[in-house]
Amino acid sequence: MTEITDKSLESVVIRFAGDSGDGMQLTGTQFTNATALHGNDLATFPDFPAEIRAPLGTLAGVSGFQIHFGSTQINTPGDQSDVLVAMNVAALKVNIKNLKKGGVIIVNSDGFDAKNMRLANVPEAQNPLTDGSLTEYDLKIVDVTKITRAALADSGMTTKEIDRCKNMFVLGLVYWMYHRPIENTLDFLKAKFKKNEAVMNANIKVLNAGWNYGETTEMFANRYTVAPAKMEAGVYRGVMGNQAAAFGLIAASVKSGLPLFYGTYPITPASDILHDLSKYKNYGIKTYQAEDEIAGICSAIGAAFGGHLAVTGSSGPGIALKGEAIGLATMLELPLVIVNIQRAGPSTGMPTKTEQADLMQAMFGRNGECPVVVLAAQSPSDCFTLAYEACKIALKHMIPVFFLSDGYIANGAEPWKFPKSEDLPAIDVSFAQPREASDDKFMPYFRDENLSRPWAIPGTKGLEHRIGGIEKQNVTGNISYDAANHELMTHLRQEKVDKVADFIPEQTIDSGEETGDLLILGWGGTYGALRTATQQLIAEGYKVSHTHVRYINPFPKNLGELMSRFKTVVVPELNNGQLVKIIRDKYFIDAIPYNKIQGQPFMSHEVVTKIKQILD
Amino acid sequence: MAEVIEKLTSKDFSSDQEVRWCPGCGDYSILKQVQTILPDLGRPKEEFVFISGIGCSSRFPYYMDTFGMHSIHGRANAIATGLKATRPELSVWVISGDGDSMSIGGNHFIHMLRRNPDINLLVFNNQIYGLTKGQYSPTSEQGKVTKSTPMGSIDYPFNPIALSLGADATFVARTMDRDPKHQQAMIRRAYDHKGTSLVEIYQNCNVFNDGAFEVFTEKSSKKEQTLFMENGKPLVFGDNNDKGIKLDGFKPIIVDINDSSVNDLWVHDETDLVKATILSRFYDDPSHDGHFPRPFGVFYVNNNKATFEQLFNDQIAYAKEKMGPGDLDKLIAGKETWVVN
Repeated sequence: MTEITDKSLESVVIRFAGDSGDGMQLTGTQFTNATALHGNDLATFPDFPAEIRAPLGTLAGVSGFQIHFGSTQINTPGDQSDVLVAMNVAALKVNIKNLKKGGVIIVNSDGFDAKNMRLANVPEAQNPLTDGSLTEYDLKIVDVTKITRAALADSGMTTKEIDRCKNMFVLGLVYWMYHRPIENTLDFLKAKFKKNEAVMNANIKVLNAGWNYGETTEMFANRYTVAPAKMEAGVYRGVMGNQAAAFGLIAASVKSGLPLFYGTYPITPASDILHDLSKYKNYGIKTYQAEDEIAGICSAIGAAFGGHLAVTGSSGPGIALKGEAIGLATMLELPLVIVNIQRAGPSTGMPTKTEQADLMQAMFGRNGECPVVVLAAQSPSDCFTLAYEACKIALKHMIPVFFLSDGYIANGAEPWKFPKSEDLPAIDVSFAQPREASDDKFMPYFRDENLSRPWAIPGTKGLEHRIGGIEKQNVTGNISYDAANHELMTHLRQEKVDKVADFIPEQTIDSGEETGDLLILGWGGTYGALRTATQQLIAEGYKVSHTHVRYINPFPKNLGELMSRFKTVVVPELNNGQLVKIIRDKYFIDAIPYNKIQGQPFMSHEVVTKIKQILD
Repeated sequence: MAEVIEKLTSKDFSSDQEVRWCPGCGDYSILKQVQTILPDLGRPKEEFVFISGIGCSSRFPYYMDTFGMHSIHGRANAIATGLKATRPELSVWVISGDGDSMSIGGNHFIHMLRRNPDINLLVFNNQIYGLTKGQYSPTSEQGKVTKSTPMGSIDYPFNPIALSLGADATFVARTMDRDPKHQQAMIRRAYDHKGTSLVEIYQNCNVFNDGAFEVFTEKSSKKEQTLFMENGKPLVFGDNNDKGIKLDGFKPIIVDINDSSVNDLWVHDETDLVKATILSRFYDDPSHDGHFPRPFGVFYVNNNKATFEQLFNDQIAYAKEKMGPGDLDKLIAGKETWVVN
């Protein structure tokens, strides 16, 4: 028997790929949880088709899940993978280009039969398992389907049911290869199938079979150890972006003492926030699946009028439908959080693919002069912080606030040193107090020092008043078509947004020196790739720094000064140039756009190459 | 000691804003009837909220000294649902028109009716677009000549009552601007009903569609052309109350009372959905021979459907009872954590 040797690695990228019905997302998520519990730093990237059951065996139906984990700091899911798990020939064909030369390929040989070859448009003579095209790689051919069927031959289950367990075989094998703990997946299977013991036992059996396959066959000469990462001390959990956003909203509800109302309509990739929130009704969370996007935001406006912490959520196409109502909320000067989990557009675009092309929509996508506050999260766990912050600003300033995220961080996961609730900043809310007939008449648009108006909720004696979308006279709130008043109100609504700058943190440099040759200025989900690229450039001796803007409207007060300390400012974005236009307009600097519009995140090596091009 | 609620008057419900509907508009009557009814409901006025969309009727909230919101076109029902769901103790009213509710807001209209929040929805139907100055509306009769349809409209109109019944509304009634007493009775019934109450109000737009309902409202033709339904009473109409409606199977027939026994007449039963559906189809053009009279009153009431806000908040209460109030720190930590030293 060959001796199995243990090798120690600093970091590894594994990509699980298969048919969209092969359970690759589940496999990836389980591996992520086990890896997080093992103490590695990590980042993940689920990459799947929009169709729930895309045509079987085809290239379009390939679903992938990439995880990058290590004993060092991990910022991205990795540009290229070290290991590719391919459940069929289509999965191999789609993903081989991103596998490192010499990387490990684990294939399910049963996914390379004549039928699968035909579905993937691969001529029979070019079977990659036999035609020698994979000689540069470390190819491991495993009869996953056959072994799974054999293991469950006596289970009494149908072949179809048995085949659904084959992802557990792969998971077990990869767990073995990387010394991952298996227990959390056992617990998961026990909970998931507690009402169907046969399926539970079948999955557990196959998971163990995968592990044992690694142990007993002579196919694998190496196992790998990836030591826990040296991370900041504290208690951690794994978290996905949408999940973190949901927690942030709930936390804001608890800390403000206001019940949360989430009015929405299902849309990829925002629906998971609705799913998550609807689990927590015991926190007083009220979720409302409306008849359409417009009703989603309008119901939230009704709830805001009534004194709730009101939130609506969607993705770009839904935000387009909500535009008029966002204008209404701006005129009503009620607190409202608008969540946009961006996806590739326009129109339906590519719903499961990421993009950052809704920034202009958030900034300007309404009729009339309609400024709102815009925040953008930079990583999965940052979705918690900024969703919380969005609520805090909306409530303090009586104003609509956009919370921007994107498909990449919404579905991506990372370890999170989560906060204690007592350490979260306080959110103080006060409603206008009841009045007697002898008191002065209530003025619904009387403003405080931050220009915000009183929140006078129905049911409060003496505060009867009318608000609406028609221009209002300042202070009284009465309808007004007065020319000077309209200009005044337009300025006041803008100043309200500008005032928020007094309450947000200053912009800081994330990596690199405070001054230098080039500043990489990013926003949103590109954070990890830009950070990695910057650190690599610095290591190579370039005078490059990275800053990431999370508060976009208004910008932090010192942003202009910070940028002025660099000879060149480059703005990489997953769009055709949006933040760069705002930066150029506002600061009158010759910021250089760097754009990628492929529905895919930046790879850090692409960024490195681009920056070198600019500098050299 | 029970709190004494000061008896309010209709004046208490009038805001300080000048009413700006065209002189002679049917909206004035509706405003007056609502302001007349509200003081009798025994509630403090801060508990009333009027929400409207866009259109002439939607100016209504500005004239009420209650809480109010004049929102955006077609969306009042969606906003009201959000408010009622979160503040079930308030008395929420929606003021809308035929364009607002049945055209641009058609989706919210049917979905609010099916969800059944306890909201009173008054639809001012004038069969025309007034605020945009005279285009045909989704309730205009086919062939309507307007600014946008110089050769006559080709759209078939909606039948608001049938549409509401089709959406499973739990309270469906029709009244008219020119009959204050009947209007008040319908508004009061709408308020008393627990669930969404749809009241279609025939309202004359004397500028762009004057006389649209004249045949039903004018003394000379009213008795012959209308059928005032009263629960438990036979369906009788006509100048001398000499005509009745009889059911032959599912087929309604107009009979002369003198030739037929009153006992054979159809007795109105508000809780009978099938019969309400038949009545909702009394929608013929009054100029057609053999047409049925237009029914007014309560078509249908269903008291057996829980309100949306009840179900919505019951789930929250049940979750709290079953799982206990949420612990934020436990939620954020989740089930699997690890410690880095």
